[in-house]
Amino acid sequence: MAAPGALGRYSHAVVRALPEVPGAAGPGGPLDLAKAQRQLGVFTGILRQPLGLQVVALPPAAPCAVLLEDLAVLQGDTALLTRPWEPARRDELGSVRAVLEELRLRVVAVTDEGATLDGSDVLFTGREFFVGISRWTNHRGAEMVADTFRDFAVSTVPVGGGGHLKSFCSMAAPDTIAIGSSEAARHAMKAMEQLSDHGYGRLSVPDDPAGNCLFARLGAGGCALVHRSPEEFPQSLQPFQKLPGCTLVPASCSEVAKLGGALSSCALLVNTRPEA
Amino acid sequence: MTTEVGSETEVKKDSEQAGADKAKDKPEEASDTPENQKSRKASSEEALDSSSVPVPTSQSSPRSQKKEKDSSESKGISRFLPPWLKKQKSYTLSEPKDEAKKKAVGEDQAIEESECQLPGEVAQPKRSLEEAATENQHNAKADEKEEKHSVSSAETQPAKEDGKEMEVEKVAEEKEKQVEKEKRETKEVQTGEIKMENIPQKSPKKIKTVQCKVVLLDGTEYSCDIEKRAKGQLLFDRVCEHLNLLEKDYFGLLFYENSDQKNWLDPSKEIKRQIRSLPWLFTFNVKFYPPDPSQLTEDITRYFLCLQLRQDIASGRLPCSFVTHALLGSYTLQAELGDHDPEEHCSDYINEFQFAPNQTQEMEEKVVELHKTHRGLTPAQADSQFLENAKRLSMYGVDLHHAKDSEGVDIMLGVCANGLLIYKDRLRINRFAWPKILKISYKRSNFYIKVRPAELEQFESTIGFKLPNHRAAKRLWKVCVEHHTFFRLISPEQPPKAKFLTLGSKFRYSGRTQAQTQQASNLIDRPAPYFERTSSKRISRSLDGAPIRISDQSLLRDFPTARGGPAGDKVIDIEGAGQAKLKEGSREENGSPVKTPQLELIQDGKSNSLRVDGENIYVRHSNLMLEDLDKTQDDLLKHQASISELKRNFMESTPEPRPNEWEKRRIAPLSLPAPGSSHETLDIVEEKKQAEVGREETVVIDETNKGKMQVATDAGETCKVEHLSKKDSSSLPSDSSSSSSSESEDEEVGEYHPHHRAIEEVIREEQEEEDDTNRKKEHEEKIMQHVEATAEGSKLNVPAEHTAKVTAESLVQENAVTIATEEKNFSEEMKQDLGEEKEEEQLRLNGDVSHVDIDVAPQIICCSEPPVVKTEMVTISDAAQRTEISTKEVPIVQTETKTITYESPQFDGSTSGNAGVLLSAQTITSESISTTTTTHITKMVKGGVSETRIEKRIVITGDADIDHDEALAQAIKEAKEQHPDMSVTRVVVHKETELAEEDEE
Repeated sequence: MAAPGALGRYSHAVVRALPEVPGAAGPGGPLDLAKAQRQLGVFTGILRQPLGLQVVALPPAAPCAVLLEDLAVLQGDTALLTRPWEPARRDELGSVRAVLEELRLRVVAVTDEGATLDGSDVLFTGREFFVGISRWTNHRGAEMVADTFRDFAVSTVPVGGGGHLKSFCSMAAPDTIAIGSSEAARHAMKAMEQLSDHGYGRLSVPDDPAGNCLFARLGAGGCALVHRSPEEFPQSLQPFQKLPGCTLVPASCSEVAKLGGALSSCALLVNTRPEA
Repeated sequence: MTTEVGSETEVKKDSEQAGADKAKDKPEEASDTPENQKSRKASSEEALDSSSVPVPTSQSSPRSQKKEKDSSESKGISRFLPPWLKKQKSYTLSEPKDEAKKKAVGEDQAIEESECQLPGEVAQPKRSLEEAATENQHNAKADEKEEKHSVSSAETQPAKEDGKEMEVEKVAEEKEKQVEKEKRETKEVQTGEIKMENIPQKSPKKIKTVQCKVVLLDGTEYSCDIEKRAKGQLLFDRVCEHLNLLEKDYFGLLFYENSDQKNWLDPSKEIKRQIRSLPWLFTFNVKFYPPDPSQLTEDITRYFLCLQLRQDIASGRLPCSFVTHALLGSYTLQAELGDHDPEEHCSDYINEFQFAPNQTQEMEEKVVELHKTHRGLTPAQADSQFLENAKRLSMYGVDLHHAKDSEGVDIMLGVCANGLLIYKDRLRINRFAWPKILKISYKRSNFYIKVRPAELEQFESTIGFKLPNHRAAKRLWKVCVEHHTFFRLISPEQPPKAKFLTLGSKFRYSGRTQAQTQQASNLIDRPAPYFERTSSKRISRSLDGAPIRISDQSLLRDFPTARGGPAGDKVIDIEGAGQAKLKEGSREENGSPVKTPQLELIQDGKSNSLRVDGENIYVRHSNLMLEDLDKTQDDLLKHQASISELKRNFMESTPEPRPNEWEKRRIAPLSLPAPGSSHETLDIVEEKKQAEVGREETVVIDETNKGKMQVATDAGETCKVEHLSKKDSSSLPSDSSSSSSSESEDEEVGEYHPHHRAIEEVIREEQEEEDDTNRKKEHEEKIMQHVEATAEGSKLNVPAEHTAKVTAESLVQENAVTIATEEKNFSEEMKQDLGEEKEEEQLRLNGDVSHVDIDVAPQIICCSEPPVVKTEMVTISDAAQRTEISTKEVPIVQTETKTITYESPQFDGSTSGNAGVLLSAQTITSESISTTTTTHITKMVKGGVSETRIEKRIVITGDADIDHDEALAQAIKEAKEQHPDMSVTRVVVHKETELAEEDEE
């Protein structure tokens, strides 16, 4: 059972490098491989320092395989291997399972053949789960989350606009949700507020992609927030600056975004000592 | 002492009943009165009252009476022996007063004594009934009144009045008896327990007892014999006593209709009538899961909560993850077995425990592993840790009910402390917090919630669910009412009263609310009771380690009330009722709820005795709209102020009254123009441009009692009807407040208003057909809806604000509010309007008031359903309408009329003074069931200035529950909004109030 305050406590980060294959493209256009690798490299560096995580790198696979977040939902000592909407991506699960088991997590897999679930449709707030019902994730997929994490309320949130739930929102701090300003984002936020017993703070950012950030606690009791760089979204920097006592770490993610990912997509964050 | 308060009510009720000589009514009566009433009535019990004897304090008596209930006599006897009872009461009452100081210490003992008594312990009645009867018969009825006085004075603490002398005498008498009893008591102690079965033999009339079995949370069975006609409370109290449980309000007794249909035993009703032919088999369970168990006062309460949760978890009702199963299991082991002992606790020591529905070896290993880490935790600490973890589970305290949504999809409705949760499979797909829910109702197998409009939405929406059957719907409804009351209200809501036949459940939660029980348990002052945890047989230790505190005497004296035997409970109920009334009446009167209800007690009794117990098909609304906890007195006062400010503003012709925050909030959704209405407003404006010079608007708001109309209307109607019915049900109290005497309230709360037909007749005037005004009509209707909605809203928020009203005993009220708006534009553009003047219409002040069910305003229904959930929009034809049943008697209606005119000082009188040339006059009438709006537009040319006057007359025929000030304010606001370029020059409020006969019943 997660104690409140467990949010953002991680010990390990699982990442995957991009394949050295030129000409990769995503829905957002062709990838600038060098730039993408540079951005990922910076991101991985941030995970190591200042976040202080042990980084486990998986061997490269398909370009979109860098979006590890889609493949597993992690909470406490339990990992739910998802059933990604794209069948091709299900092949990536094996390596993920292996590394998660190695990290001594209880690994559960979605068994329902009718379920689709992308990890980036799952928002864990520290108190409960919201699962975006999107073109990637269906109701049965959400049920699998509920079945796996029974301690928590699992609410479904309709996601419009063709993205994932976390393509415009994430936890910016305990009990604070960063949220983009598009209509889809506002709708989802409203639904989440309606569905929750907890009053979450709302950190609105003008740009949807900037709503996806990464909150982590630091060893010394501080916390850090990895957010999209001001070069990418100058408007969205200011709201983050309002967060008290939080180290802001800007990171660029424009190339991965072309694959449909966001900051949080690029790593699976694990806490191997949930009890501690 | 508060305990006496309980008995006091009984006294009054007794006397009233006696007066009415309705012996047969008593069972029904009983449902409203505390259990001990019954027992007191039974003369044999008096003799039995052993526990009260040794230390004749109030604490002991209610408790002991509880025990005696099972043996209580048949009801008939009580009729003959009221005085005896009174004496008993007066004795207990006066005793503490006279000897309060002396008794202080003794009382303390008494409390503990009474608490520790075992339920089985029953004294044997030695004294014969006859003896008692003869002794007391001579005092009989004369005494009753004295009793009342003394009792009430005792409660409120002021000096006793005339009754005092008598009382003293009685005390003396009682003391003699007391001695007698004391002797008996000792005897009994020697002889030990005597079986219940013996009692009937000694009493002149036989008491039929039934054996009840109650499965307790630790799996053991408690059985006792209980009088066949006993109410639920009696059994429940017995069980709690057996368990030594003081914080019992979180618990309840369940009986099962079949394997999964569980019903809570209603403490206020006879057991027999609830279980019908089912076996007398119950389970003791947690009914309200405290959101924060650490706030429970006693470890023993937490222990029972733990037991319940262990059951819930093991049975799968409370889902947990693997880790949580293991963690909770380990705390269970720690609590029940103590520290892990490798020698004693070999590998299979946990086999006997079930931690999860499907427990695995792996889980057990994890449990043991975690158990080892809890070394040093006391059982109580382990329980606390258990609860701290369990309470965070998302399904903690959620009572699930199977249902289907409007599309027939299987869902679950979960009732919890915070509101209503909707699940599909395991996923939460919607949630309605209590503050968002305006009304809960059920009809047949349908369950409805009416929710507040969301932001940017104008109207409330109603969401319907289909339950498997009628009983399931009712069960869910009851659970909702109970949870809402327990967790959200300060004190229980008074059950709706009906004077005549009323269909529909009048069920209300009558126990203590969480707030009350917390308050009460703060006063618990006993050493932590010893109890055994099932497996370990360990003794619970209190966490605070200092079980015995010295409490001050005043607290102590209050204690019984707060802690509450049945008498205490009743006190609080009444208090609650009183408060509810107060809310309506004098809102400023904040404090001392205990004293205030005094006056109303009589009323309560009366109404109760006459009340028809309708345990039947159709549901009335639970007045959940009272969800105004967040609204403080201040708000209400502010509201008042804002209304008077509005008036003042108007008088001073300030262009736009600035509603304060509160009002903004309240009015906001209503005042947002619906697309349609704005369009219609446009029309009007256009028209005005033709005239261009000015116009005047008059709004007349009139109200009559509408209660009756609903009877005629059929199901399936319009929203409008629903509004009305809502008014009927929820807002009657406002009437009473207007009548400003505490007495009136009782009558006003009744649902039945037989008179309005007559009034309508009076009001009715022939209707003029309107040719071209369909669209305007629509517009008018819109306005009316606004007005109506406002009235309704005001009702919800502020039940009564009729400070202006002075009428007493008004059953029917008519209010007419006339707002005259006038604006003069000295523009030169007269030419246009001359050409385009409309055909003249006959002037008409009053439109047709015939109360035909017009299908107005289907557009008022808008769906505010949140994106996720399939909801059903229901046009509510609702139960409320049906609940009103008219009687045949048509009483003579006296009416009182009152007209208040507000005129703007700006009003220069030129319009009225100068005849001018009438260019056009037009009357538009629209109507709905409750309102008739007549808009009269005249265009005049005076001295080269064209002037348009709009006179709007709104007749609201309503239940008198409409907040007139509110309606007026709204009407003015409305008028201003619609014609921003005009000014309101005159407001006439004409109120016609029906003077009701003293008492219909």
